Amino acid sequence: MPDILELSALELGREIRCGEIGVREAVSAVLDAMEKNAQNAYITVLRDRALSRAEAVQREIKGGGLSGPLAGVPAGIKDNLCTGGVKTTCASRMLSEFYPPYSATAVERLEEGGCVCVGKTNMDEFAMGSTGETSFFGMTQNPWNPAHVPGGSSSGSGAAVAAGQAYFALGSDTGGSVRTPAAFCGVTGMKPTYGTVSRYGLIAYASSLDQIGVLAKTAADCAAVFDLIGGRDKRDGTSLDTEAGTFLSGLTGDVRGVRIGIAEECFGAGLDESVRRHVLAAGETLKGLGAALVPLSMPLLRYAVPAYYLIACAEAGSNLSRFDGVKYGFRAENACDIRSLYEESRSRGFGLEVKKRILLGTFALSAGFYDAYYKKAQQVRGAISRAYAAAFSSCDLILAPVFPTTAPKLGEATIDPMQKYLGDIYTVSVNLAGLPGISIPCGFDEAGLPIGAQLIGPPLSDERVLNAAHAYQQATVYHTMRPGKERSAP
Amino acid sequence: MTFETVVGLEVHLELATKSKIFCACAAEFGGAPNTQCCPVCTGMPGTLPVLNEKVVEFALRAGLALGCDITRHTKFDRKNYFYPDLPKSYQISQLYLPICRNGRLDIQTPAGKKRIRLHEIHMEEDAGKLIHDPLAGFTRADYNRCGVPLIEIVTEPDFRSAEEVVAFLEKLKSTLEYLEVSDCKMQEGSMRADVNLSVRPAGEAAFGARTEMKNMSSFKAISRAVEYEAKRQIEALAAGGGVAQETRRWDESRNRSFAMRAKENTQDYRYLPDPDLPPIDIDDDWYERVKASLPELADVKSARYRKAYGLPAYDADMLSAQKAMAEFFEEAVRLGAPPKATANWIMGDVFRLLKEKGLAAREMALAPDKLARIIALCGGGALNRHKAREVLAAVFDSNADVDAYVSAHGLLQISGEGPIRDAVAKVLAQNEKSVAEYRDGKAKVFGFLMGQVMRDMAGKADPNVIRKILEGALQP
Repeated sequence: MPDILELSALELGREIRCGEIGVREAVSAVLDAMEKNAQNAYITVLRDRALSRAEAVQREIKGGGLSGPLAGVPAGIKDNLCTGGVKTTCASRMLSEFYPPYSATAVERLEEGGCVCVGKTNMDEFAMGSTGETSFFGMTQNPWNPAHVPGGSSSGSGAAVAAGQAYFALGSDTGGSVRTPAAFCGVTGMKPTYGTVSRYGLIAYASSLDQIGVLAKTAADCAAVFDLIGGRDKRDGTSLDTEAGTFLSGLTGDVRGVRIGIAEECFGAGLDESVRRHVLAAGETLKGLGAALVPLSMPLLRYAVPAYYLIACAEAGSNLSRFDGVKYGFRAENACDIRSLYEESRSRGFGLEVKKRILLGTFALSAGFYDAYYKKAQQVRGAISRAYAAAFSSCDLILAPVFPTTAPKLGEATIDPMQKYLGDIYTVSVNLAGLPGISIPCGFDEAGLPIGAQLIGPPLSDERVLNAAHAYQQATVYHTMRPGKERSAP
Repeated sequence: MTFETVVGLEVHLELATKSKIFCACAAEFGGAPNTQCCPVCTGMPGTLPVLNEKVVEFALRAGLALGCDITRHTKFDRKNYFYPDLPKSYQISQLYLPICRNGRLDIQTPAGKKRIRLHEIHMEEDAGKLIHDPLAGFTRADYNRCGVPLIEIVTEPDFRSAEEVVAFLEKLKSTLEYLEVSDCKMQEGSMRADVNLSVRPAGEAAFGARTEMKNMSSFKAISRAVEYEAKRQIEALAAGGGVAQETRRWDESRNRSFAMRAKENTQDYRYLPDPDLPPIDIDDDWYERVKASLPELADVKSARYRKAYGLPAYDADMLSAQKAMAEFFEEAVRLGAPPKATANWIMGDVFRLLKEKGLAAREMALAPDKLARIIALCGGGALNRHKAREVLAAVFDSNADVDAYVSAHGLLQISGEGPIRDAVAKVLAQNEKSVAEYRDGKAKVFGFLMGQVMRDMAGKADPNVIRKILEGALQP
């Protein structure tokens, strides 16, 4: 039998169901991997809770009460997803001692499906960042090279899956926060159509853009997780009434006749050459599998980054105003009146990047600026949605890079904030339009760092996106490669 | 120079829904602090609001009854400000697409009917309550009220006096009680008004600088505050000064307003559309269903009472002003009580008893069948009017059975001639002097003799029969 940690989530689930591997064995393997490696992928490790849960799940599987494909599979949960009775920090000093009395719907559904939560993964503070460097609990390292960032904001989720510290992990994607760490860490990361997964219990960054996503070893694993966590939730008015539980069974691996659009704007200046080459090569691979490549032009995409930052920050400024030191979370001790309680608690409870975005959002919504900034950004958002709709009249999926480069060195990307924000160019438009997007490993650069290719589909085409990624992974081995192993050159 | 007072109102009404606007918590008033709240209405991280559609329906009822244009595609916005009674630090409200616009409500003024225009009605959530304890140096927060649904009715600046303001609020209260949209209890804070007031030289078209007095919670306070503030502004202008645009606080115990916050310090609420709540589309079906369910309101009822029952306008207005009283009246009539007699009993004894006991019509224990029975006994001669009033007063609080009370107290009127004839003979024999006076032409002695007979019969005799027999017996 191969190393237990080499298995995909679905493979492990199968071994557990047929009794070849015990749940406790799988959970222990993951916990051991966490101890051996020091990527700082987790903020909270739930060793005892996971081990006792493993026993309970094992009993239920034996008793026939649990028979789903992911029963017994250990998973990481991004630390902006509430876990009842378990510390949920958002990687912020503000919530460093916050124990929510309720769980996110996605977490509840995972546990109902028999998954074992092994810990809360590190992240950029309040999911603000694309490198994993803004956490109050220290930055996460890229398992492929500890001198490099893992990508963010679901940094710990990406690193954990890459390093065998979880079979899959939940993340959240507001402007690329699942897809970017997936690309940097060489794993598969999918952000579904807005509304596919209930946001109840996801601590909001930008509500109209936030969507819970999955980082896993394969597209099929992602499909299985969405089958568990997706579908209508009466606690989230924006969750869609879609039929849940059909993604995995819909994977055929057949992409014959699928038209894949390639927008010239996504492969122009500013894109690292090795990324460009490997992403386009992924297109050729799909073409070899029977897909058709269609040239596209989407000039409006250049406005996506400014529109995204205005909308996201405006919503964030409002969403994060509840952290005021009054009810829960960090409270400054030296306040003499209510105003100084607010000022001191928020000044000291939030990190620099969070404060920067709150200020930007507050400014953009201020009297006299609303029309020029927020309203205009919403108009751009509408135009981008329409541009995507137009593009999807001539193609079924769009192929794009995830990030202009492979994982930057730790500390390097934070120097020029404007440059850093522009790195989100390939991911944010997908959130603005509420589309499904997946990042799949498609090669490595000269330094041996993974490269991700992104497939984007129209709203509610999640199954099509997953199926194309699955077809690609049936034909390639990039997604099976793990850091620290000898890899066979493609 | 004479000045004109100009007032506009913002009236907040808590809706009478069972649960809160965005969660399943009970919306009822009271409860020990922080026992009627949950992670959603206290804005805990990660929780999301989910709209209670009853709130939309209630707002729609109010809007349709008040003649508003309904915004068929409506949505919620966030009003951002920091205050410890607001756990999310934003209030979910409506700015850009309020559910109702351009309504009206007609009021009676000494000069006749006047139309007050409504600018809009929007839906929003209430905030919690802070309880300041200056002795302990603490402020405590009670979040029970967080998320209780409100509508805010914003009028145009159409009022010119305190009387008009109060007439409007009374009419509004009556209308909303009819709609069962709000119980409008000012003492429990379910109806609160912000008063915007300015003055201008009579005849001038432009408005003066206005002040705002927030959260006024009694008609009396509003009336006094309008009068005080108008006088204050007029005096300032007459003395050659100006009026500062500001928020003022009305101090009910001192009958004065005090400056609170100047305009330069007004907050920037940084409104934005709430991304957690999808827009609401009110389709034709929903719209028509709500419209068809609207009850008959006071004005229409009053007209019907005049026409169908021949009641005077004053009576018809009084009976229809409050839903509970109108229902009481109509039910008594339905049970067979003659409308005019019923109106008289209500306008007289019932209103007097309510006033004496300090009760509102809806708090009255007496059921309409009891009044109908009293009227029937009285009209049929079984109970004389004096005894009937005694019975009404006796059963008013308990809603006790009328016939049982009457028989237990032996109050049934005696109309049989035999016993009355005996009593008359007895009284005449005992009062020979009076009889002689009467026969000498002193007609007023008749009343004395009537009273003596009635007293002899413990007040239960039919006065008409006494009169007839007494007149006969006194014939020389």
